[in-house]
Amino acid sequence: MISANTEVLNFPILTMLVILPVIGSIVVALLGKSRPEWMKLSALISSVTTAALSLWLLGVFKSGEAGFQFVSQHEWIRQWGISWHLGVDGISLFLVVLTGILFPLVIVGIDPHHDETSYFAWMLLLQAGVMGSFLSLDLFLFFVMFEIVLVPMYFLIAGWGYDQRIYAALKFFLYTMAGSAFMLVGIIATVVLAHRDLGVVTFDLVKIAEGANFSTTAGRWLFLSFAIAFAVKVPLFPFHTWLPDAHTQAPTGGSVILAGVLLKMGTYGFLRFGVYLFPQAAMWARPAIFTLAVIGIIYGAIAATMQRDLKRLVAYSSVAHLGFIVLGTFALSSQAVTGAVMQMVNHGVSTGALFLLVGMIYERRHTREIAELRGIQHVAPIFAGVFTVVMLSSVGLPGLNGFVGEFLILIGSFGPARWWTVVATVGVVLAALYLLWAYQRVFHGEPDEANSSFKEITIREGLLMSVFVAIIVVSGIYPKPILDRIEPSVAALISHVEGQTK
Amino acid sequence: MLDLIWLIPVLPLAGAMINLVFGRKLGDPRAGWVATTATATSFLVTVLAYFEMLGLPAEERSHIVNLFSWIRVGALQVDLAVLADPLSIVMALFVTGISTLIHLYAIGYMHGDAKFSKFFLYLNLFVFSMLMLVLGENLLVTFLGWEGVGACSYFLISFWHTRNSAAVAGKKAFVTNRIGDFGVMTAMFLAFHSLGTLSYGAINESARSGALAQVTATAIGLLLFVGACGKSAQLPLYLWLPDAMEGPTPVSALIHAATMVTSGVFLMTRMSPILHASYEWAPTVIAVVGAATALYAATVAVAQNDIKKVLAYSTVSQLGYMFLAVGSGAYVAAIFHMVTHAFFKALLFLGSGSVIHGMHHEQDMRRMGALRKVMPVTAFTFIIGWLAIAGVPPFAGFWSKDEILLYVYANNRGLYVVGLITALLTAFYMTRQVIMVFYGKANWNDHSAEHGAHGDITPHESPKVMLAPLVVLSLLSIVGGAMQLPFGENFNFLERWLAPVVEESEAHIYETWAYQNKYLLLVVAIVIAIVGIAASVAVYSKSWLKVVEPKVLEQAWYYDAAASRLIAGPGAAGFNLLAWIDTNIVDGIVNGVGSVIRRVASSLRRAQNGFVRAYALLISLGAVVVLAWFLLRGALL
Repeated sequence: MISANTEVLNFPILTMLVILPVIGSIVVALLGKSRPEWMKLSALISSVTTAALSLWLLGVFKSGEAGFQFVSQHEWIRQWGISWHLGVDGISLFLVVLTGILFPLVIVGIDPHHDETSYFAWMLLLQAGVMGSFLSLDLFLFFVMFEIVLVPMYFLIAGWGYDQRIYAALKFFLYTMAGSAFMLVGIIATVVLAHRDLGVVTFDLVKIAEGANFSTTAGRWLFLSFAIAFAVKVPLFPFHTWLPDAHTQAPTGGSVILAGVLLKMGTYGFLRFGVYLFPQAAMWARPAIFTLAVIGIIYGAIAATMQRDLKRLVAYSSVAHLGFIVLGTFALSSQAVTGAVMQMVNHGVSTGALFLLVGMIYERRHTREIAELRGIQHVAPIFAGVFTVVMLSSVGLPGLNGFVGEFLILIGSFGPARWWTVVATVGVVLAALYLLWAYQRVFHGEPDEANSSFKEITIREGLLMSVFVAIIVVSGIYPKPILDRIEPSVAALISHVEGQTK
Repeated sequence: MLDLIWLIPVLPLAGAMINLVFGRKLGDPRAGWVATTATATSFLVTVLAYFEMLGLPAEERSHIVNLFSWIRVGALQVDLAVLADPLSIVMALFVTGISTLIHLYAIGYMHGDAKFSKFFLYLNLFVFSMLMLVLGENLLVTFLGWEGVGACSYFLISFWHTRNSAAVAGKKAFVTNRIGDFGVMTAMFLAFHSLGTLSYGAINESARSGALAQVTATAIGLLLFVGACGKSAQLPLYLWLPDAMEGPTPVSALIHAATMVTSGVFLMTRMSPILHASYEWAPTVIAVVGAATALYAATVAVAQNDIKKVLAYSTVSQLGYMFLAVGSGAYVAAIFHMVTHAFFKALLFLGSGSVIHGMHHEQDMRRMGALRKVMPVTAFTFIIGWLAIAGVPPFAGFWSKDEILLYVYANNRGLYVVGLITALLTAFYMTRQVIMVFYGKANWNDHSAEHGAHGDITPHESPKVMLAPLVVLSLLSIVGGAMQLPFGENFNFLERWLAPVVEESEAHIYETWAYQNKYLLLVVAIVIAIVGIAASVAVYSKSWLKVVEPKVLEQAWYYDAAASRLIAGPGAAGFNLLAWIDTNIVDGIVNGVGSVIRRVASSLRRAQNGFVRAYALLISLGAVVVLAWFLLRGALL
């Protein structure tokens, strides 16, 4: 059973993780006009402090415990049973840490080129929303955070993106918003129905999940309402078409965050809310979800192979990778779910890094067309080397992080979803195809005139990428500290599901 | 010493790390010496481990060193652990030994290359991966090495990546191998799902005890064989290996002849109890694929004119021989042939590299000839390699090939005939190669040849650092057969050494006609070799017979061309169709729904753009208010 860890630190660390970026955002917005030089510094301080806090959280998080830690609960709207309820467990821990460290890297590593004040303000607000989504244990609070995220992302794409940014931003916003509308209805219905079992009106996730007993039909409808919102967010085939547009049109920083953490709000949502609240319905929906996930794996990989735009290629590869994560999530074996949680982080690291690298290519060449690029390895071998490591991580080479997650997902899904897993494994072959083919066309060959002056990686870029490469290598060789923290919470969730579906 | 076996892979890894950090500073040739020293030290450790193991009683020759826990979730408990047992020590011995020689050779061969230190970085990294593969205690550690050698092979095939053909060949190798990896991965899933473990010891034990269902054993065995077909270049996945010759020749010798490509044979031997517990037809499948590959590649080798392509197809053919052995239950013979083949094929490849080096990067045998006069050492050692592979006694290849044929005869006479024909063709095409390169007329100073811009070339003998490995390998190719001679108990050293690992799965043939008449089979093998050599001499040296090299053989029966056409034609069209459907149908529906809603909305009131912006602003404002309110309350509480 998942139970709230009663031990509460005196210092409200989780609340700080959400509030700090908000404060940073406000300070940036206020300082922007009068003191532009301070503005950047305060964005930096805010994000670096948040990163430090999240790393500290990682340090003090108790390994081997299943329940929520550092729980912070304050009444908010008493008559509706809504509270500011935050907590972290093994499932959310690494997503929180990833959110903590990804933002300062993006803020330090990428120049917005124009309108810096609003760019940084939106970035920090985005961070607060993402943090809140991963930490919320209250349905209402989660919904608010889930929705808040859309706004800064919309403005980041529309304000700092490429040619078709307005179209892409609008599509992203409306599509996700439409999905969330279902979830809002679902949340309210959940609370109303749970009222009968619990005797009180509450939006508290843990109370509802542990106490409510939905009828089979009601549970299925409720699950579906959540599932639509998350399926769009992940995105799960066939709800994925906003993603290539959003990714391609978003500025590099936006793409990194989008792939790195935003998509994970969908997969995390499935696990934390979909499966936890409605285990029976989740089991019922499994065959359909497995099928969509596996279609996504193969379909995303094939579509990625044929892309002419490097960024679009990476975007489609995300569809395939997220398919693996959804497959593992619903396989509901300890290996598969632990692998899925780890893969959420891995995908954030390796795809985030790929978007950074593609961004660097664009900065130099002002194109992302694969056909325009050639022979870059010859003129920029270190840049090519970094790209190779990241690419192999994405391909799932053993010894690098991507393999650990992918392997756990597949080996854990083989029992509950044998034939789906066999087809999904074909996706591993295709991943090698689309990435290596792209690499061959972009990096190999004799550089032509336009590419022969391609600048080698700079020190700033090198330092930025070294963080990603370090995570890729270390967590691939020694994933134990990560797995040890994820597994107990996953085991508790699985036994919760098993208890409810017996 | 056995507790230190982890040093065997770690030393080359350390070499790679040194060259990663300091490679450019060390430069040519010091980076090469660092790498060579690392591999040589690793070899030394292996030799010490071997002698220590030799001192132990046979049943105690299995030692596991657990380095750290790697992937542990629930019932899946996989550690990064290495296993020293007779099989892994044999593998490690020849891998480190031959690697050292080839590293040494490469110092000379790669001299002057702009990426000299990077070459040795990759080479060391390869040796590390290869050693993880053979020393792994469980399937997953082996898979780590398996994929590692694949990645290094990719790096090294496309080492001269500005050349498009090299870049394409590297990618082709990696992707084709991945198709095989599909088999290895699903085999692991199945093994874990039915046995709850990936450890060799536990899996093989349950196969021996009968705890594993026959159908599961068959599935695991054949899925692993799919992986073996990829890595060890068997039909239908062999396609990448001839193209892999785009890599520098030391790479061809080390990775694509002596070590990596034998991984599949190793894996089959490691899992031999699984094959033993399978349905009877499962090993037959392996034997048939092996025999078909052996014969197929041998016919193709007959018509190749590129000095390395002959050797490449020859390697595919010899690997087929090893799988023929595996499928016939002749695991000892398979390993025996793997080791002798590593000696003579590495020798032949390095010899061809020496020729290419001396011929200023000419690889077409039609422009060679009479080179024995200008390259005496290369020629002499190459001729020893030729005798070894052609199956002439007492050279190494004769004994191992004969051992395989003996078991195959006992198992299936049809396949024995295929094996004999392959042996005949092998002797034939290798003799052809020796004649074209080292004998006959010198074609390299022939002005009439369309040599184009190159003009005249003056072949020269290679430097000592390249010749020394040739001499050592030729010695090994002469005496290598001594480890397993068919003269009874006192001479079958390898069989006794490997007994703890394969004894139970090995076919028992002592009662068969073949075994009782093994000297007769020996004579048949000798006659076959002589016929092959004589025929080749008659055609290529004496011109008594007309040269028959049909285009269909030169083009490898058009299999590669057909596969390429399939991928470039219907394959690419299918992929493009899906991409089109995604943009125009899946996304088209979304945009269609969107525009309908938009029209409805705008007919209701405002312009859609302003609507969204207003909505977005409202939400953000609302959120800020909500947060502010919370903050206030929080402060009050």
